[in-house]
Amino acid sequence: MRVQEKIIEGLLWLSAAITILITVSIIWVLLSESVLFFSEVSIVRFLTEKEWTPLFAEKKFGIMPLVAGTFLTTVIAIAVALPIGLTIAIYLNEYANARFKTFIKPLLEVLATIPTVVYGFFALTVVTPFLQSFIPGLAGFNALSAGIVMGIMIIPMISSLSEDAISAVPRSLREAAYGMGSTRLQTAFGVMVPAASSGILVSVILAISRAVGETMIVAIAAGQQPRLTLNPLVPIETITTYIVQVSLGDVPHGSLEYRTIFAAGMTLFVFTFLLNNLSFWIKKKYQEKYD
Amino acid sequence: MNIKHSKLEAINLDAYYGDFHALKNINIAMEEKAVTAFIGPSGCGKSTFLRTFNRMNDYIDGFRIEGQILLDGRDIYTNDVRVDELRKEVGMVFQKPNPFPKTIYENVVYGLRIQGIKDKKILQETCEKSLQQAALWNEVKDKLDKSALALSGGQQQRLCIARALAIQPSVILMDEPASALDPISTAKIEDLIYELKKDYTIVIVTHNMQQAGRVSDHTAFFYMGELVEYAKTKTMFTSPKDTRTQNYITGRFG
Amino acid sequence: MTNSEKNRLKDKAFQVFGVFCTFIGLVVLAIFLIDIVIEGIGRIDWDFLTSLPSRRAARAGILTAWAGTLWILVLSALIAFPLGIAAGVYLEEYAKKTKLSNFLEINIANLAGVPSIIYGLLGLELFVRIMNLGGILLAGALTLSLLILPIIIVTTREAIKAVPRTIRDGSFALGASKWQTVWYQVLPASFGGILTGVILALSRAVGEAAPLIVIGALAYVPFVPSSPMDEFTVLPIQIFNWTSRPQAAFLTNAAAAIIILLLITFLLNGIAVYLRHRQQKKIKW
Repeated sequence: MRVQEKIIEGLLWLSAAITILITVSIIWVLLSESVLFFSEVSIVRFLTEKEWTPLFAEKKFGIMPLVAGTFLTTVIAIAVALPIGLTIAIYLNEYANARFKTFIKPLLEVLATIPTVVYGFFALTVVTPFLQSFIPGLAGFNALSAGIVMGIMIIPMISSLSEDAISAVPRSLREAAYGMGSTRLQTAFGVMVPAASSGILVSVILAISRAVGETMIVAIAAGQQPRLTLNPLVPIETITTYIVQVSLGDVPHGSLEYRTIFAAGMTLFVFTFLLNNLSFWIKKKYQEKYD
Repeated sequence: MNIKHSKLEAINLDAYYGDFHALKNINIAMEEKAVTAFIGPSGCGKSTFLRTFNRMNDYIDGFRIEGQILLDGRDIYTNDVRVDELRKEVGMVFQKPNPFPKTIYENVVYGLRIQGIKDKKILQETCEKSLQQAALWNEVKDKLDKSALALSGGQQQRLCIARALAIQPSVILMDEPASALDPISTAKIEDLIYELKKDYTIVIVTHNMQQAGRVSDHTAFFYMGELVEYAKTKTMFTSPKDTRTQNYITGRFG
Repeated sequence: MTNSEKNRLKDKAFQVFGVFCTFIGLVVLAIFLIDIVIEGIGRIDWDFLTSLPSRRAARAGILTAWAGTLWILVLSALIAFPLGIAAGVYLEEYAKKTKLSNFLEINIANLAGVPSIIYGLLGLELFVRIMNLGGILLAGALTLSLLILPIIIVTTREAIKAVPRTIRDGSFALGASKWQTVWYQVLPASFGGILTGVILALSRAVGEAAPLIVIGALAYVPFVPSSPMDEFTVLPIQIFNWTSRPQAAFLTNAAAAIIILLLITFLLNGIAVYLRHRQQKKIKW
């Protein structure tokens, strides 16, 4: 019996420990291929060159155009999702009744369950033509519609995490505001949002991290042209799209082109890793504040 | 105090939660087939002490004891004692009824099932016998396959007692078994305790002085982790020796 | 207008804006779904579901794609389900509050935030290259299993946490060992919640295209996979492939395939919601 218990505990421990193995493997895979990449292309070139053309005859290895593309679509997505998501969070917390809340929240979650390839189709075939009807210079592939659609996808992420943060604010604070004759709006923006600011910040950071790593929407609708620009109307390429683009082609293992996707992946991983841990750090500090 | 035959004994027992000294040098012997009540204000250590007899504190991080706990003269904290065997001997009933979210039948035979007993006849017989002992049989005999969660609070608590009886312990520990129940259910539990002491050694923790007076043969008063006074219940309630006991049972604090 | 009237007006205005924001996403979603259905529903027929892919849009079907998606669904479930539950049980029931368990927790939260395409790169090196599996179903399922593992662990832990301490005490007091308590009490009581989480995780896996593209799943697979060692495609990749073509007929195909993919996704989510609802009704502590 005791032996059996120990064996089971060992197996359970092993399952939990596998998660560490996964992290180690991710870092090892990205590092080992990136190191080979950087032995041929210097980090300085990687960070300072203004063009990314590893698949062309005249190769340039500046990651900046891909970073710019990622940055652009992310900013647009957050510009859409943050105001809408935060307004929803405030509305549900301060205005809506409980029945409406239990009805609407699962519906909002549906937005997050739609496969991203479907959103990509939507951006390309509906949003872009629609936007083109009043933005004449808009290209068929562009950062704008990809970013907007990504923003719609991210709305429930911001709204539900922000709502959690706002509803975690002690009741007494809200009652104090109402007690002094504040309207719901004044209570929301004067008291609740500032008090929940760190939680809201966490939701935004996680949303950014999600947008940075998003792949299929941008691969379908934003184009495959690495370009160092902040113009949302022209085709660009994100880090993730580049990885997909190379994966679709016939790039032999061990070639420099093959290694570029790991260098790009490493860059992406560093971004999301930093963002995620920043959010954990804020969350931890924030929890201590109210306990 | 004279004990005819001591079933449970604590010798120089100290207990700690991390740095907190929860029980201080406790020495006590409890009589077989009698009811011993632990009384005292909240946080006095009486529940902690009760839980040392079936080692329920083992799972709490940072908990440790010094000294000895003897069951039938054997130390239960030595390495060769198996906790699961110990708990077959020392049953426990908790403050809040905690039936498993299963049928009434499965609740009662759970202790047998985990011992690997599969014989249907034995399981059924034990189930009926235990429910009868717990004075619950007549109320549930037609709905043994119904969920235990559908029973009333008082019935749930008697089910938990039946569940403990099914594995044939010799000691039953009760941690404020009636504190979550209404007066009628409480009376039923108390009657049951009176019946059960013919065959079992019972240790009961209670907040309720009257209850201690009604059901117990001996009473131990705990205060701030110390055993202040231990005597026949009658003696304790009529002529307490220590002023702290006196203050507590006359309701001046607690 | 007095100050307080102004304030009340602003309050009302924000309320209207709140309703607008709450519904805008859903309205956009509805428009999109209607658009998809109009474009794609006419294309769905028995032939579409049972035909192999083709270079000609009118003859192309999604047989290999949905067969591949089903394969991936089942294989990922078989791999990630036991592993995720075991890890969740360990962290919730066994692990002491040490630095190591703290590290495990942060690590799992981190894994949940790693972009799916990075899992693709991991799968490409680990399963496709080092284990030399190639771009087959097993490699795809392993990759997606790693992707959904953190989700399953987190939901398992939440479901287990909802089981009251008193149930464990009751079991221990009857002489049950730790594992017996987990097996006979904790897992049955939390199973509905765990299953909900697993199904939600699987619905995520079903919609993934990027990591499978990276490990080399092909868009054009002219046969239905018959074992985990076969090459494969999945619905999202098929949709991606058709969407990237210029001809309108392929976009219609994509819309039709999207309808099927969404049906699968909504079905899985519906099951999950139903299970959660039933669990909440069944057990009230």
